[in-house]
Amino acid sequence: MHIVANINDLRAYYITEAYGVRRTVKAVDGLSIAIRQNEIYGIAGESGCGKSTLLKVLLGMLTPPLTIVGGSVTYNFEGEPVDMASLSQAELRAMRWKELSYVPQGSMHVLNPVRRIRDTFRDFIGAHVRAPRREIDERVRAYLVELGLPDKVLGSFPHQLSGGMRQRVTIALATILSPRLIVADEPTTALDVVVQRGVIQLLQEIRERAGNTMVVVTHDMGVHANLTDRVAVLYAGQLMEEADTPTIFAQPRHPYTQHLIRSLPKIDDRSERVSIPGRPPALDNPPGGCRFHPRCPYAMEVCKTEVPLIEQVGPNHRVACWLINEERMGRIAARLANAEPRPLATDTQLTPQRPSPGGARSAGGPEGAIR
Amino acid sequence: MTTSEALLKLEQLSRVFTVRRGLATSRFVAVDDVTLAIAADRPEILAVVGESGSGKTTLARMILGQVVPSAGHLHFKGRDMTRLSARERRIWFMKEVQPIFQDPFAAFSPLKKIESYLYETALNFGTATRATVDAHIDQALHTVGLSLKEIKGRYPNELSGGQMQRTAIARALTTNPSLLVADEPVSMLDASLRMAIVNSFRDLKQQQGVSVIYITHDLATAYYAADRIAVMLRGWVVELGPAEQVLGNPLHPYTQILKSSVPEPDPRMRWTEKVALARQELDEFSATGCKFATRCPFAMDVCSRVAPTNLVPDGRMVKCHLYDPAIPAAQKHRAGGAIPLTPVASTKAS
Repeated sequence: MHIVANINDLRAYYITEAYGVRRTVKAVDGLSIAIRQNEIYGIAGESGCGKSTLLKVLLGMLTPPLTIVGGSVTYNFEGEPVDMASLSQAELRAMRWKELSYVPQGSMHVLNPVRRIRDTFRDFIGAHVRAPRREIDERVRAYLVELGLPDKVLGSFPHQLSGGMRQRVTIALATILSPRLIVADEPTTALDVVVQRGVIQLLQEIRERAGNTMVVVTHDMGVHANLTDRVAVLYAGQLMEEADTPTIFAQPRHPYTQHLIRSLPKIDDRSERVSIPGRPPALDNPPGGCRFHPRCPYAMEVCKTEVPLIEQVGPNHRVACWLINEERMGRIAARLANAEPRPLATDTQLTPQRPSPGGARSAGGPEGAIR
Repeated sequence: MTTSEALLKLEQLSRVFTVRRGLATSRFVAVDDVTLAIAADRPEILAVVGESGSGKTTLARMILGQVVPSAGHLHFKGRDMTRLSARERRIWFMKEVQPIFQDPFAAFSPLKKIESYLYETALNFGTATRATVDAHIDQALHTVGLSLKEIKGRYPNELSGGQMQRTAIARALTTNPSLLVADEPVSMLDASLRMAIVNSFRDLKQQQGVSVIYITHDLATAYYAADRIAVMLRGWVVELGPAEQVLGNPLHPYTQILKSSVPEPDPRMRWTEKVALARQELDEFSATGCKFATRCPFAMDVCSRVAPTNLVPDGRMVKCHLYDPAIPAAQKHRAGGAIPLTPVASTKAS
């Protein structure tokens, strides 16, 4: 399977220093994920879990205080894999929108309020494609019609459009140059349900038509269920669980994932629902051990001191939780007691693995480094 | 229900905004002929749902007295609200009806300690004296699962969105109101925090007898919390009735589309059909017939010509020609057979 972007043991911190007080916010702390070609990869988690920071790094938008402390982001669009850290600002700028694109959260604030939509499109395309203005306009019109948007919007200013229309125009802007990887930050939040459904539809259509890859960040598990192929659940800057969307909804293994899915109310079901008390920890001083342990209903002693390893619990299903670790260890212990001792290293399924830094830089096996 | 029994009563309430474009002016009906009531003896949570631009917020602002209705009547506890004097509005009405806003971080100044808002509200409205104010505020905070100790001395940036929104509810409660008007109180919050807010509305209704008008576009929490649901579309209330009826078995095609558009947290229930979105929103407001006709999968000839009336097919109100017994069933069948047409038969009974 072709990996479009590989994030390997990424550590992205916000480091600030004011009046001699140094503060480090560990927004993304040791994260390894591989994004496959033509998939819609969902990133879930509450606010303050490092989702947006991950997107910034993925897009190469590294302005201080955001600093990459460790790990790497490798793009693999065509030909040779490229390490993001090795790219200059100019190279990144040339890549943006053309190969690497971004659908931001608040569509009100991203469109220039004093320029008509048509001019914004011209700016975007003109920066990457040398073509006469007439040709660009024609291309924009054709693309909007293709996406089912009225071409009347081209003559409008952003404030004249409704929120849903603005969001769809923003998506059209972000995708008109057929980028290989599209990163969307809460693309449907603050839209009402019918428009949200329209936006989800639009994203799926674009993916099918252009064959590109998408990373969608949202806290709404309903959107993940309807849009994504795989979901990663982040908590306090770390990966808690990752699996195919059907698997993660059918068998969530991590208590945090279970909570995210089960706390949602459903129509036709009025049974009492409670939310887990507390909130994600402040990331300048995260709790030791498993970062979810202060809120976890199943927290054990070990959770407070030791960081759980990421374990493979099924094909494409990884979980970082001591409950799984314990279960495993228990089984291994039982097996060791019952049967002949055999070297654990050969049993790849049962060996907990820590993603090793630098292992994924070889072009051949980014996926292998994670398994 | 007579006016005296109702806590809040809206009668054919409308609000028209005039939009000026150069020399031409056009009328824009944000809320169109809305009639609904909340009983005084039976506290309830009334959810007002609908897409953005359906007039939900204008309706809320009229109930709060911030926008003057263009037509119709608005009675609160039997008094005509448009005729209240400024003094009565301040010392009586604002005490009885309290607002909760969408963004708690915008509602509170970041430079002031949060508890100052609670103290000011309680003291200014005279619901507590200097001696009792601490206990009064603590009690209000307890009803939303917080305590004065937790928030004392804190600034807004030190609290999470969920805590802030609960503090906003507690602030509203310090005046001992009988009605809360909450305009999108959870849309800025994470899905997992929403339940805490919605649960506190349920507790308020049960323990303190406070009615809540819960304006939202989140249908799942509306169904979970509300006793009745009003569905708004382009200024109209197109369906109004008990939550189980309106969302359990929606009659109006718009409610049906709304319900099916809620993303279920279950990948096995992905949408298979596509939804039509409004292309020209302003046109829908000024449509002569039904405002949903251009998007409705069951639209008939009559829909684009005549505005539907409020029908009561089975104990709930529906504004749709499909349930009009005067329109022949054959026409409806041609338009689309999928809508349950049984309620038409029961119209005579109700």
